Amino acid sequence: MANFETVEVTTDILICGGGMAACGAAVEASYWAAKNNLKVTVVDKAAMDRSGAVAMGLSAINQYVDINSGDNTVEDYVRYVRNDLMGITREDIVYDIARHVDSSVHLFEKWGLPIWLDADGKYVHEGRWQLMINGESYKVIVAEAAKNALIKYGHEYFERVFITDPLMDGERIAGAVGFSTREAEGKNQFYVFKAKAVLAAMGGAVHVFKPRSTGEGLGRAWYPPWNSGSSLYFTLIAGAEQTCQEVRFIPVRFKDGYGPVGAWFLLFKSRATNAFGGEYMVERKDELAKWGEYGKVKPIPANLRNYLGMLDEFEGKGPIYMRTEEALQKISDALKDDPKAQKKKIKELEAEAWEDFLDMTISQAILWAGTNVQPEEKASEIAASEPYFIGSHSGASGAWVSGPKDLAPKEYFWGYEYMSTVKGLFCAGDASGASSHKFSSGSHAEGRAAAKSMVRFVVANNTQPNVDAAKVEALKKVILKPMDLFVEFGAKSSDPDINPEFMKPKMFMFRLQKIMDEYAAGVTSGFKTNKAKLDRALELLAWLKEDSAKLAAQDLHELMRCHENIQRMYQAEVHVRTILFREETRWPGYYFRNDFPTIDEANWKVFVNATYKDGKWAMRKVPVISIVN
Amino acid sequence: MPSFVIMEKCDGCKGQDKTACMYICPNDLMVLNKETMKAWNRAPEMCWECYNCVKICPQQAIDVRGYADFVPMGASVVPLRGSEDIMWTVKFRNGMLKRFKFPIRKTQEGTAVPDGGFGEVTTDLASQCLYNEPDALKLKALPTLKK
Ligand SMILES: Cc1cc2nc3c(=O)[nH]c(=O)nc-3n(C[C@H](O)[C@H](O)[C@H](O)COP(=O)(O)OP(=O)(O)OC[C@H]3O[C@@H](n4cnc5c(N)ncnc54)[C@H](O)[C@@H]3O)c2cc1C
Ligand code: SF4
Ligand code: SF4
Repeated sequence: MANFETVEVTTDILICGGGMAACGAAVEASYWAAKNNLKVTVVDKAAMDRSGAVAMGLSAINQYVDINSGDNTVEDYVRYVRNDLMGITREDIVYDIARHVDSSVHLFEKWGLPIWLDADGKYVHEGRWQLMINGESYKVIVAEAAKNALIKYGHEYFERVFITDPLMDGERIAGAVGFSTREAEGKNQFYVFKAKAVLAAMGGAVHVFKPRSTGEGLGRAWYPPWNSGSSLYFTLIAGAEQTCQEVRFIPVRFKDGYGPVGAWFLLFKSRATNAFGGEYMVERKDELAKWGEYGKVKPIPANLRNYLGMLDEFEGKGPIYMRTEEALQKISDALKDDPKAQKKKIKELEAEAWEDFLDMTISQAILWAGTNVQPEEKASEIAASEPYFIGSHSGASGAWVSGPKDLAPKEYFWGYEYMSTVKGLFCAGDASGASSHKFSSGSHAEGRAAAKSMVRFVVANNTQPNVDAAKVEALKKVILKPMDLFVEFGAKSSDPDINPEFMKPKMFMFRLQKIMDEYAAGVTSGFKTNKAKLDRALELLAWLKEDSAKLAAQDLHELMRCHENIQRMYQAEVHVRTILFREETRWPGYYFRNDFPTIDEANWKVFVNATYKDGKWAMRKVPVISIVN
Repeated sequence: MPSFVIMEKCDGCKGQDKTACMYICPNDLMVLNKETMKAWNRAPEMCWECYNCVKICPQQAIDVRGYADFVPMGASVVPLRGSEDIMWTVKFRNGMLKRFKFPIRKTQEGTAVPDGGFGEVTTDLASQCLYNEPDALKLKALPTLKK
């Protein structure tokens, strides 16, 4: 076996991940843990300052309920999310996040995040629930507060340690294992974290489907290439029940660069039109009537908006354009009687438009510059991306977790909010399912709430679970196997990547992406699938799973890539199994089942949950229980 | 070729055991070649063009050339990140230049106080309030369902 020294870390509370949810958890857990003589340990595969989906920055905070203003209530937010998810949502959890989210936003502001203010000193709203920020350093600031909290109360954090598998003590979580992606004094490290409670907060997944750009631009997915389904894999393998794993997210964004459209639609009130000047949101209004009560609500659910645009594309009416020139003209025309003010306004709008990209999608700014686009003069194309798994945004995939005791119906409550169906394993952010639209701020708030719940759990279950040393040794062997395979067989062929005995992670990823793209409703298949295609996907995935035992790694970086792609493979399988189980089409702009082309409220207004135990899958329907009228 | 290192500017972070670009890249792409003492991006096709390596490099030795599979050549977008704001220079393919300056933070680096100055408001572990709520919510009480 490859020579990795084993480093053991014993802690009370283990936080896996260092993104928005994990940073929120670190702040809250640090305080309660210290008060109860407990230790907190955070582990991130990257540097917390710039890890996760907010690594580049963001230009908006997408969830702020502003309860204090009296304009909105928590119930309003629940109704908005419920409609956007076509009725399938855990209202108790959405409610809980919504009632805590404002305090996360107020903390961000105190920590130094510049939130746009109007002349009266009030936050500038992009839309009803969104705030505009100067967010280049959003993640730096949030991570700083998390680290300061950990340091203040004497806790610990590890960076560049990649978590692979959970450790179990029977039905209870006992910790996690992983390895460092950096040598220390010429040695490699295999980490064993032993803990009484574990938080999975390792984000969502990308590159499960084939991206639209496959050359140098392979990495330019909308979702960051470094989140590979670690949360799903970790919780699934621990035995945690999964929910909404069919609810992928397909954002419509500026084409190729994936620059954000929120400010254009909401703040600048831009229209989107097709090649013939037609507006699909107007021309295809009647289509909405086919999607039950969800076709009637305002705002129109994201997947239905997507779908109307897709119908134009399918009919050959593309490209679809964001009419930036028209929108900016309209705003400045309002000031045409005052040329000086108008000139100033145009300059302001131009800077705002560019900042929107420079703060969070710099590639889009390069694309505009490379194609000489000035948004005030020329419209830009928008397009649907490939599918991603991001339960915190407009997707909903994640683990099935308990709700809070004062909100959850008894069917959704098993003692500790945000605890999965595995004792001691908690989830937040993209890792927890059926509670979408929490975004950056809500993920932070959920992380905080989950952390307090974890401390409650540990106080009541204050024993260190047993970790079987033989099992750890066996896991270590499997995890390091890709390095052994390369050492054993690498010299057998002329090319380090092409060898009859093994496969490198990159080609493994391409094989996965091709299966998903062609059979599981990716871009090439027009986001459509059916039972025969899904069955074929499962057949191909089964061979891929067998071949995953033949993944080889030449160095630590490739070893991480091997495991990332195993995680993606499980994300793919749970997705395929869940869309196969749900015999209807409910989110047509996300995927379409041609064999069940309509929504079926009578039979399918339910959650579809999946579990994987001892190599066997179990699927079940769970009723949707509403708590807000 | 998303991010790339300008050979003559990179000094390998003066041979420290951890270079700035290696430290920051969220995707573990930047590596130092110990023989030439120059850094390089080991998998440009897995780069998100997040610019974190560009922003952190003390020698300004990293630049980005837009993804060749869809960006026409000749443009550049260059940041200069200070402690309070960031300045961007955008050069178009046709040579036009634009400059933008945006604030990045309102407090001094390192000074974020975990409780945000709201203090330890709720000290009861059983309460649904988080430790600086309800004050941090700017409310008198945490909302709950009217049953
Ligand atoms: C392009 C884009 C634009 C967005 N725009 C907005 C916006 O404008 N406003 C808004 O509010 N929200 C926005 N969001 C949503 C927001 O970014 C997410 O909701 C939020 O980051 C989710 O938090 P999280 O903690 O679950 O995941 P992340 O913040 O992604 O954190 C995941 C963490 O897990 C770590 N990790 C992953 N795998 C492992 C492993 N195996 N071992 C150890 N650590 C691991 C990562 O390094 C990272 O630290 C956007 C998201 C994207 C992708
Ligand atoms: S941070 Fe800059 S100077 Fe340091 S190694 Fe990287 S490229 Fe070279
Ligand atoms: S731009 Fe971002 S992803 Fe690309 S190498 Fe630099 S830090 Fe890594």
